[in-house]
Amino acid sequence: MLENRLKYMVEPGVPDLGKLRAEGLYPSEERMAAGPVAVLECMQQIPCNPCEQACPHGFIRIGDDITEMPRLDPACTGCGLCVPSCPGLCIFILNGSYSETEATVTMPYELLPLPREGEAVDALDRQGGRVCAGRVVKLRALGAAELCRSLTVAIPKKFVHDVRHIRRPASG
Amino acid sequence: MADSVTQCEVAVIGAGPAGLSAAVQLGEMGVDTIVLDEKPAAGGQLFKQIHKFFGSERHMAGMRGFEIGRLLLERCENLDIPVRLNCPVWALYPDKTLGTTWQGQSAAIAAKQVIVATGAAENALSFPGWTLPGVMGAGAAQTLVNYHRVRPGERALVVGAGNVGLIVAYQLLQAGIEVVAIAEAMHTVGGYMVHASKIRRMGVPFAMNHTVVSAEGAGRVERCTIAAIDESFNLREGTEKTFDVDLVCIAVGLSPAVELCAAMGMEMTHVGELGGRIPLHDSVLNTSIDGVYVAGDVSGVEEASSAMEEGRLAAVSALTALGRISRPQSDEMKSEIARSLAQLRRGPFGMTVASRKEDVCRRYEEQCLKIV
Repeated sequence: MLENRLKYMVEPGVPDLGKLRAEGLYPSEERMAAGPVAVLECMQQIPCNPCEQACPHGFIRIGDDITEMPRLDPACTGCGLCVPSCPGLCIFILNGSYSETEATVTMPYELLPLPREGEAVDALDRQGGRVCAGRVVKLRALGAAELCRSLTVAIPKKFVHDVRHIRRPASG
Repeated sequence: MADSVTQCEVAVIGAGPAGLSAAVQLGEMGVDTIVLDEKPAAGGQLFKQIHKFFGSERHMAGMRGFEIGRLLLERCENLDIPVRLNCPVWALYPDKTLGTTWQGQSAAIAAKQVIVATGAAENALSFPGWTLPGVMGAGAAQTLVNYHRVRPGERALVVGAGNVGLIVAYQLLQAGIEVVAIAEAMHTVGGYMVHASKIRRMGVPFAMNHTVVSAEGAGRVERCTIAAIDESFNLREGTEKTFDVDLVCIAVGLSPAVELCAAMGMEMTHVGELGGRIPLHDSVLNTSIDGVYVAGDVSGVEEASSAMEEGRLAAVSALTALGRISRPQSDEMKSEIARSLAQLRRGPFGMTVASRKEDVCRRYEEQCLKIV
């Protein structure tokens, strides 16, 4: 059914990973290996800079022209404070070395009911396609007023660049 | 009836982001201000905006629309600014007298300055079946789910991939409504790509170069058919696709709510990129009528963040005319707001607005400024 619907459709809203890498907007393999790091899938010059203020270390730079695209310093610690700060919900924390076999992706999550930690979920890619099984390992809110949750899902290492959303199987 | 005339220094028409921001700015300077709105609740569209706004800290970026609405109303309350709700303004005269209906009776307001911040209204799209219940503006669906907490359907088709269509599609999903597709007549997404990404990763397909053919159903919409169109917007035969949906949300742009401005005889102009017909205005929001200013979507459709800045700017213009601030103070405040507006009007999206606004100012100078 979905295949059929997509037959004559293009893919707006799906970041081009190759382009992000070429522009230096995506963490390198070396940086990935060094521990958790933010990835800012922000591909357009839109007037927005809360991520710059959210980073306690000043590792996200936009500058006075707030339509500039954010630049991430590889010194990023992957703390995740920027994740819920992004009004566009396009910041993720990738941890390529979560365990021997697993990586984690931390994503902004604004759907109810919230999954529980430990829950098995479907891990989805940028087009909403199921990539693999995932496991919610952490769900946190930065402060009582923050309605956007930071959800961390564990997945097989090789899918860390693909998984960007989850679906709770029970909720359909 | 002279005794029913309320006197004030500034009347602000519209209690949305522009109007409330103007009122706060005026209230802070101790100006006797009154805000009027035809709706039963203040805030304009802010209270149905459950998403975080873009911009910078100054523009309250990162706050959700309803949070900004609460903040603005709280400020008005602290400043004792009266906000008259259920108070439609049906006439605005060049002497700055307003005809309103208030508590079931006609009530005149005599103001020295007037800020028109009446916002914008959703555009309709007519096709066979467009009057069926279940076919509605995307903004209406957004009001139902986010403000009234009512689900207007179970399965939705969204028409239009501008920011309104994209944001509403996401919020329908948040409300537990399935979104079967977004149909867009253009070949590109008009809204921000990050808004498209949010719904794309939830599996919503985009039908680019597609338009609505018809909606069908017995008593309410049950099916909606879309089809591909060519460059001249002609339907391509054989590309029809029918979705079983009980909700069709139309998000094909907004038009400035210029009725009052046009009725009072303001000089108008037409700018497609700003939503259509708008009052001619200069860079500090003067209109062709002395002492009447415009702010927010009525002066050209943009975002709530720029509407708030325009509200402040119109307030500064009114303060200047009232002699409540000195010329240097006025210039400083105006250039600070202008800088903030310029920040929002950069980049591929903002650039068009910036240059169209400049065109409008130029036209204003040509048509409204008489060389003495």
